[in-house]
Amino acid sequence: MAYSLWVNGKTHHVDEDGQTPLLWVLRDALKLTGTKYGCGVAQCGACTVHIDGQPVRSCSFPLEAASAAQIVTIEGCDGAEANAIRNAWVTRDVPQCGFCQSGQIMSAVALLRATPAPSDAEIDLAMSGNICRCGTYNRIRAAIHDAAGQVRSTQS
Amino acid sequence: MTDAPASKRRFQMTRRKMILGGTLAGGALVIGYTATHPMQAAGALLSGGGPEPEESAFGSFIRISPDGWVTVVNKQQELGQGIHAGLAAMIAEELDADWDRVRVVSARANFRAYGPQITAGSRSVASNWNPMRNAGAAARAMFVAAAAMRWSVPRRLIDVRDGVVSHGPSGRSATFSELLADAGRQATPQTPVLKEAKDYRLIGTDRVRRKDSLPKSIGAQIYTQDVQLPDLLVAMVAHSPRFGGRLARFDAVAARSVRGVVDVFAIETGVAVVAKNTFAARRGRNALTIEWDNSEAEKRSTADLVRYFHDVAAGRTDVEPSDFHSKGEDPEAAFSADAVEFSFDFPYLAHAPMETLDCVARVDGWDVKIISGSHLATVDQVQAARVALTVPGRVDVDVIPAGGSFGRRGIMGADYLVECVRIAKRMPRRPIKLIWTREDEMSSGFFRPMSHHRVLVELGKDGFPARWRHRTVSQPLLPLGPNAQAVEGVAESPYLAAAKVIDGKIYSPTFSVPVAFWRSVGHSHNAMVMEHIVDQLARRVGRDPAGYRRALYRRAGAKRHLAVLHELCRRAGWGTGLEAGWARGLAIHECFGTVVGQIAEVRIDEGRPIVRRVVAVVDCGIAISPDQIAAQMEGGIGFGLSAALFGAVTIKDGVVQETNFDSYPVIRMNEMPSIETYILPSTNRPTGMGEPGVPPIAPAIANAILALTGSPTNSLPMLQAGASNGGFSFPHRTVA
Repeated sequence: MAYSLWVNGKTHHVDEDGQTPLLWVLRDALKLTGTKYGCGVAQCGACTVHIDGQPVRSCSFPLEAASAAQIVTIEGCDGAEANAIRNAWVTRDVPQCGFCQSGQIMSAVALLRATPAPSDAEIDLAMSGNICRCGTYNRIRAAIHDAAGQVRSTQS
Repeated sequence: MTDAPASKRRFQMTRRKMILGGTLAGGALVIGYTATHPMQAAGALLSGGGPEPEESAFGSFIRISPDGWVTVVNKQQELGQGIHAGLAAMIAEELDADWDRVRVVSARANFRAYGPQITAGSRSVASNWNPMRNAGAAARAMFVAAAAMRWSVPRRLIDVRDGVVSHGPSGRSATFSELLADAGRQATPQTPVLKEAKDYRLIGTDRVRRKDSLPKSIGAQIYTQDVQLPDLLVAMVAHSPRFGGRLARFDAVAARSVRGVVDVFAIETGVAVVAKNTFAARRGRNALTIEWDNSEAEKRSTADLVRYFHDVAAGRTDVEPSDFHSKGEDPEAAFSADAVEFSFDFPYLAHAPMETLDCVARVDGWDVKIISGSHLATVDQVQAARVALTVPGRVDVDVIPAGGSFGRRGIMGADYLVECVRIAKRMPRRPIKLIWTREDEMSSGFFRPMSHHRVLVELGKDGFPARWRHRTVSQPLLPLGPNAQAVEGVAESPYLAAAKVIDGKIYSPTFSVPVAFWRSVGHSHNAMVMEHIVDQLARRVGRDPAGYRRALYRRAGAKRHLAVLHELCRRAGWGTGLEAGWARGLAIHECFGTVVGQIAEVRIDEGRPIVRRVVAVVDCGIAISPDQIAAQMEGGIGFGLSAALFGAVTIKDGVVQETNFDSYPVIRMNEMPSIETYILPSTNRPTGMGEPGVPPIAPAIANAILALTGSPTNSLPMLQAGASNGGFSFPHRTVA
């Protein structure tokens, strides 16, 4: 069935079954491969995208429910918080294998937009849906604090 | 996967030859990997029929482009451990290149050019230390020679720094770029002079950083899962739910009717469903009706295996032991009645890298092309050739970064890669991307082996071990040999040095659950065995665990352990007070030549250990990238913590019960302790860091629990994992 999908500011027309998880539409149909498959059951967060601004596990979100929404993937994630997060990630060399980091960054950007100066506990809460097997958690937490500071300093 | 990349490479080679004045000829230009005769023979065998190695005037590992950028060819697999930056730093240091104008590319599989491409055992730094430095130093000498000739000055007055060659007395200088053509014409020194460690400008500084953080932070890093090619098809395979099960019959009618499914057929490992996209492949697979022949399949449960291992250790089965350590008079004689007995049980563990197993392959007659994040590229060539009925040289392996592995992508049999080639062989000229789901990966076996350990220690009058009996039961990781991995970390332990009698035996039962190398291998359980025993012995004789270890290290002459212990206690405040309810636990373990000590601060909350802080000290020889050493320590502790707290794969009637992160939990951000890493200064040859951070954390926590409660931890994981445990509780103690 044909669906219109609003992804990263552009409309895409896809002809897929409505039950297809958004993850596979993004990856296989739209070739937006920055969003990763890690578990398929919303446990690991590697597939995190923004749907109407909220971080969502795209592996468990059907296409038919996504067609009316504004979807942003790592490729289209932009703005002050996103730039600050990316800078902080690179400055601290957060990634190791890097496979989970798209999802980590999508969760982190959503956190900073909602909570500009998150505490450690708020970071833990917002990020605990994202698994990193390389164990980069402490660098992620530090980078989120860095980014929060960077956003504040550029806005003040 | 089309022929375009190969012809493009040929074009680039031609262009480079023109730039360099057509001087590329003969073996004298190969710097770095020096082929010895057996290696040359192996190279001819493994690479025969394939393309000639890509050459540069500066050898296999260094290319310098006209704009002055240095490209380092990384023969190892980048799995997240940052080896690309480590190898590049070795070259850049000796070459005196500008680190900000150094980039790294992955080597394709090519034994003739690079030697064996095997990333394992945390050996990539140690094994490349001389070849990479030699390659860098030789290239530097060629630039110096070119400048000396151009300026008619003696070479000894020429300096190189950050990619600029200069002659102080005359004030002349030139960049690599300006000297490139002349440098490429110089003879390659076979034994270039290497720097002394005190003269390093790059190695050991915080300037040695990863080169891949940006692409990995914008979703641009391409992993195997992300490969897109014209006409690409996606495959999934339905595997036997039981190890050793065989396909009896299957009905593919429903699967074939799934939209997007292209073909369904049986292969050696199950039923392959090939489709136009991943979700169609998955739906097609779900629609299969399969009957498995379980006549030869493993049907036992974890409880049965634990009992069996205990029987094996007690000599009640037909599994014959082999000695791994035998010392003193009559080691098999009975120990005294007051000898202390210890028993440990460890479960199977899945690797669970974030990227599940996947591979892209295309077969066209004799030619096989593979894109893979595997870390045994030159082994993969052989395995792929075997099933594609071609020669290894005709298997082109494009090695790309893997989304983790922890050993799972380093299986000698290359199970998932071979499976992909089998499917691709059935669909000639079509690139096939094989995707394993998380469930496929976790239930596929190749686990860290489960093991049982029985240890009997007779203490001497001085309170230290006088007689030590050790029994280890663990499936062998290799088909031949002494199963040395099962006792690594025991056989060479400094705690055994003082004992006059040692009776160490390995039992190696074999059955159909496949086992494999898992980050830190045998050390992953043996550090727990040795470090938890030594803490219990110390407490038994009323000694401080740090002081007890210090005495044992002195007796063994274990100077590096002593230095790590000293620094660790100082940094962690060993012996100073903590708030009520908190305790410190200490563990020190040598793994693949690197000595790591960790002190964990632990409390117990409703039976669950909470780890808030870990102080780590490491002696890994010369530290090439302090930041990445710290990163690997952090990652190793996180990985070991997951295993210590939750990690267990169990089987019930032969079927794996933990198949995703809901039933096989791993630590999340809120469970990660703060970590401080201190690197001991050293002028010794560097050793690896990918694995040695893992082993000490479990015993450090267990020793803290011992300090808090007085009760030992006799098995891992410390906490019961997910809901589905096969109806079996791994015999763990509930923390009091």
